[in-house]
Parts: sequence; C-alpha cells; structure tokens
Amino acid sequence: MLSIENLHAGIEGKKILKGINLEIKPGEVHAIMGPNGSGKSTLASVLAGRPEYEVTQGKVEFLGKDLLELSPEKRAGEGLFLAFQYPIEIAGLSTTHFIKTSVNEVRKYRGQQPLDAVSFLKMMKEKMALVNIEKTLLSRSLNEGFSGGEKKRNEIFQMAMLEPRLAILDETDSGLDIDAIRIVSNGVNALRSKDNAVLLVTHYQRLLDYIVPDFVHVLYNGQIVKSGPKELAYELEERGYDFIKSEFPAMEELN
Amino acid sequence: MDTNNFFTEHFNKLQSQVGNGNLQELRQKAFHSFNEKGIPLGRNEEWKYTRISNLFNKQYTFPLQLTSISEQDLKELRLPGHEAANELVFVNGLFSEVLSNIRSASLQVQPLEVAARGEFSNIVSEHLGHSSDYLKDGINALNTAFVHGGVFIYLGKGKTLEHPIYLYNITDARTGNIFSQPRSLVYLAGNANAQIVETFNTIGTGESFTNGVMEIVVEQDAMLEHYKIQNDASHANQVSTTHIRQIGKSYVHTVTISLNGGIVRNNLNVVLEAEHCETHLYGLYFIGGDTHVDNHTLVDNVTPHSFSNEFYKGIIDDNATGIFNGKIMVQRLAQKTNAYQSNKNILLSDGASVNTKPQLEIFADDVKCSHGCTVGQLDEEGMFYLRSRGIREEKARALLVHAFAMDVLEHIKPAAIRSYVDHLISERLES
Ligand SMILES: Nc1ncnc2c1ncn2[C@@H]1O[C@H](COP(=O)(O)OP(=O)(O)OP(=O)(O)O)[C@@H](O)[C@H]1O
Ligand SMILES: [Mg+2]
Repeated sequence: MLSIENLHAGIEGKKILKGINLEIKPGEVHAIMGPNGSGKSTLASVLAGRPEYEVTQGKVEFLGKDLLELSPEKRAGEGLFLAFQYPIEIAGLSTTHFIKTSVNEVRKYRGQQPLDAVSFLKMMKEKMALVNIEKTLLSRSLNEGFSGGEKKRNEIFQMAMLEPRLAILDETDSGLDIDAIRIVSNGVNALRSKDNAVLLVTHYQRLLDYIVPDFVHVLYNGQIVKSGPKELAYELEERGYDFIKSEFPAMEELN
Repeated sequence: MDTNNFFTEHFNKLQSQVGNGNLQELRQKAFHSFNEKGIPLGRNEEWKYTRISNLFNKQYTFPLQLTSISEQDLKELRLPGHEAANELVFVNGLFSEVLSNIRSASLQVQPLEVAARGEFSNIVSEHLGHSSDYLKDGINALNTAFVHGGVFIYLGKGKTLEHPIYLYNITDARTGNIFSQPRSLVYLAGNANAQIVETFNTIGTGESFTNGVMEIVVEQDAMLEHYKIQNDASHANQVSTTHIRQIGKSYVHTVTISLNGGIVRNNLNVVLEAEHCETHLYGLYFIGGDTHVDNHTLVDNVTPHSFSNEFYKGIIDDNATGIFNGKIMVQRLAQKTNAYQSNKNILLSDGASVNTKPQLEIFADDVKCSHGCTVGQLDEEGMFYLRSRGIREEKARALLVHAFAMDVLEHIKPAAIRSYVDHLISERLES
C-alpha cells in the first residue's frame, strides 16, 4: 500500500531524512519511535505533502500512485490522512463547517455526490459517539482554545469522518489522559480492516497496548535503524535510546 | 474641469433656486471656506495617500434638483429585510420622500430645510456642520456649501426603533458622470435606540463621485448602531463622512464594510463629549482590482471615564490599496480613558498594498491606551492543514480569508444584514 524507498528530505537546506525505507501492507499497523528531533514528524509531513519540505531523493508509492507527485489535497483524496502532532487553530472557521467541507471535497475527488445535510449529521453523530467528542466543541472555531487533548480528539474525529486507507498519527497519544488514550485507540481500531493501514508515531509503549502494532521501527537521525516486532517497543521503554545510539556511533558524528 | 468655475456657477444657481433660505448663512460661509482651501491635495498630511484631486479632472453633472428613479431600479438595490425597515432614499445626493418609506411611527423624518425652521430648529442650528470643526478641509466644506435636499432624522426620548433605518445613497449615472453630495443629520434623544444601515449604489456606466456627510448626535443613555456597507461599482468614488457626537453617557457601535469601489475615503469621527461613553468601531475592507479604500478614523475623548475599542481588518488582493489611519485623541481632562485600537491586514497578492498608521495624541496622564497593527500573508500552516484534509487550494484560501473576516462580521448585529454581507463575501471568494 505504501512503499518508501531511499527517501531523503529536508527543509531550508537542512537534511533531515537520510534514506528512509519502509513498506506498509494493507491491514498492517506500524509504529515509529525514536528520539526527539530524529525526523518522525518530518517523515509524516513529507508523506502528507507539506510544501515547505523538499524531497531530494527517493520514491514513495501509495496505492500504486507516485505519492510525491500529488498535491496534499489529492493525497487526502487518495485516502491518506495525517493526524497532526500540533493541530492548527483557525479562528473564525467553524469546526463543523470545516469538516463538512473536507468530507465533501474528498467525496468529490472520489467522484461521489456530496452528502446532504441529513446524511452528514447522521455520520457526525455516529463518529462523535465513537471518539466521545462533544457537540459544543464542534460548533466552536477550529481548534481555537481547545485543550491539548481536545485537539487530539478532534484529529481522530476527522480521521473517523474521512475513513482513510492509511492513517498517520503523529504523537496523537501525547498529552492525553488515560481515558482519552483508550477512546482514541478505540477510534483507530474501529478503522482497522484488512484494507486499511495505520502508521503510528509515538514515544510511549502504552499506546501500543491498545493499538497493537505488527512492526516497530526506530527512527534515528533520519534513518530507520532498527525494526522488529512489538516487543521492540518494550525493549526501548526499558533501555532507552542509548543502546541504539551506541550501535550507531557514526551517525552521531554525521550530525 | 475648472473646479472653481464649476462650483461657483452651481453655487449661484442654487442660490437663485432656493432663495434666501434659512441655511443660507451656513452655505455661504462654507462656500467661502471651500474657495479658500480648495480640494485637498497630496501635500495635505490627511490626504497623503488618497488623491482625489484627479477625480475633478473629469466632467460631471451636479444635479441641484431632485430626479427620480423607477421602483424597479430601487427594487434591485434594496437590502434584505427591507420589508420591515424604514427606508430612506437619496437619489444623486438629494432626499426623495416619494421613494422613502417610514414604517416606525416614532421616527420623525423631515427635509433638513423644514427641520431648520420648525420645532427642531435649535437642534439643527446647534449640530448641523459640527463636522467642519474636525474636518477642516475643502471637501467637507464643499458638502456644507451645497447643503439642501438633505434629511433630518429624529428619534424622541425613550423610543426604540423596532425597524432599522436603511439609507440608500443612489447615484443614477446612466446619462453621464454624476457628482453628488448627500447630507443628513440624525438626532437620538435620551434613551432612544436606533440602527442605521447605509449603502451606496451607482446605476449605469457613468462615473460617480459622492461626497456625503452624515452627522449624528447621541444623547444620554441612547444607543446607536451604524453600519456602512460599500459595495459599489469600480467607477464609483466617494468621500463618506460620518461624524458622531456622544453628548451624553451613551453607547455607539459602528461597522464599516468596504468591498468594492474606485477611490473610497471614509472619515469616521466619534467625539466622546460626556463621561462614561462606550464606543465600538469595527471595520473590514476586503478589496481587489484597483479599489482604493482609506479609513480615516478619529476617537476624540473630551471628558473622563470613557471606553472605546476600535478593530479594523483588511484583506487586499490584486492591485488594491488599503489605508488605515486611526487617531485616538485624549484631551487634558479625559482622565481614566480606556482606548484600544487594532488593525490587522493580509495581502493576497504582490500588487496589493496597505498603509496603516495609528496616531495617539494623549494629553492626560491617567489613561489606558493601546494600539497595534499587523500586515501579513495568509497563514501557510493553516493552508496546509486544510489541504491535508482534501480541501483544494483555492477553497482552502477562501475558507481562511472568510475566517479572517469573521471577527468583524460577527459585530453586524442585524441578522439580515450580517448574512447579506457574509453572502457577498462568500460570493466574492467563490468567483
Ligand atoms: N522548519 C525547520 N527549519 C529548520 N529545522 C527544522 C525545521 N523543521 C524541523 N526541523 C528540524 O528537523 C529535525 C527533525 O524534526 P522533527 O519534527 O521531524 O522531529 P521529531 O522526530 O518529530 O521530534 P519530536 O519527537 O520532538 O516530535 C529537528 O532537528 C528539527 O529541529
Ligand atoms: Mg514530532
């Protein structure tokens, strides 16, 4: 479904991703862990098509298409979704109106009719229940004054509304209380199917108890330096990243 | 066009038309003042960025007698909610009683000339022309020099207008270029409560130059809402003056929305003459093409304990130009004044420009004043966020621009007018 080959990318001349290789198949859940500043959000942003980032080398294929050739909106239309580590606040834009526009734009891209008011409301209700989000929150300006947890929940709500094929969650668990982590995980698990895949960026093994990954990757200094089964997450939790850093001393020098 | 000859000729014509009427003295004095000062030029600091002298190079017809337009013409210009509004119509600068429609029994509307010699003569002589104490230029004098065919609007003690006042400034430029000068005086007596909505429309392809003045007096405990909506043709130019005196502790709320026009200069003065006045000034200029909008505002605090908040936003596209000049004056006696001002702009194209200038003149020491202005572009992060949700670039831009305008639009209290303006903006964004 997603195939990343030797991806190099950076911003303003600074090299951040230095040859990423990753293969995600339908139905799989992959987790990416790694120290602060290692490039996790950069990878997520590059996949979602953030224009500021420059891809200098490599290929990304998504559902048979050259992903890097597509605009961010087309990527969403193709079924890619990014839950932002830091969701943006937009004063003056109602959350509901934004989500309705988003859903209908994606439908349009896929050649579907826009949802009428009734079907949209029905869908909203259903997904609101799924992620336990308040109606009053959705009538407010997009993320404006939302608490950290509310913003994250709103991301998962949008994901649920858009029903993507590949969801990339960038530290959606950070800043969530224990109940919220469970709720968010339920939302993600509800999306899981043999056709869909999830890429989780997280610092904490706890999330992986709820959303059990098929693979765990360690991103370090712009490269995936280690991959393994879910047990790798326990090892990282226990030993920290030092053992990886010592395994890759050359990398340190590159920095 | 030789402006001196042109206006002298018309002035003499008006004199013979109206004879020695009761506004004669006011006109004569103002005409003298106009001749002395002339049309303001760029070297006048207040007119540095807005050159109107070139507009007088054109030939105009300057109607001194009321002409009419058809009901059909008017129908197309009516604002939503007009069925339940007090509609006042000016055609080519002159008040048309026939086309107007007063629905509130408590609202008194008279030709200015009538008011000046009847029971309201004291009010008229005291307040008509007060704006020239503040706007000491030739263009303001020019309006007063020709004061006739204007309107006096009076709302008595304790009266609340259940219907808003819609005031249409219509120019019929179907047969050529038109110069016109609507004039009105509004008086809200103690505890009165009124909403006024003004619009400007030019019919036909001729150029219009509207030099309008509205003076408003607000007594103790009265509440005024004033909305100015400018969405005229690109060949429509105007100098539009709104001069408000708060002579008693009162509440004033104004919103100025400028969406289209040629050269548009707005003078908005609020003089807080009594203690504990509250004043809110909002503005939005969302302009493209070659439109030039200049908002010159003045909040003059004369006495202590007043509060004013001014918030203007600009969205400027194509080769349009926005000017914001906001002056806050705190006079020596106006201790404990709270005056806030903010102006935020976004430029949507390389050709767009904005000039923003706060001016604080504070002569009292115990006051709280703040001002701030920003000029920027549309937020890139916001754009990416929306696009990552499948929203096309143009649509995302439209959503962000609309969102930017929102915190001004929400201050348009009459729902029909708010959704009308909102609709105009959406329409513009979708085209
Ligand atoms: N606009 C930018 N300009 C310069 N450097 C940048 C920019 N954006 C990101 N970087 C740098 O790129 C590196 C990778 O950042 P990234 O956000 O991808 O890290 P991360 O792995 O997501 O970290 P965290 O765990 O803290 O979220 C960091 O060193 C960061 O400072
Ligand atoms: Mg990150």
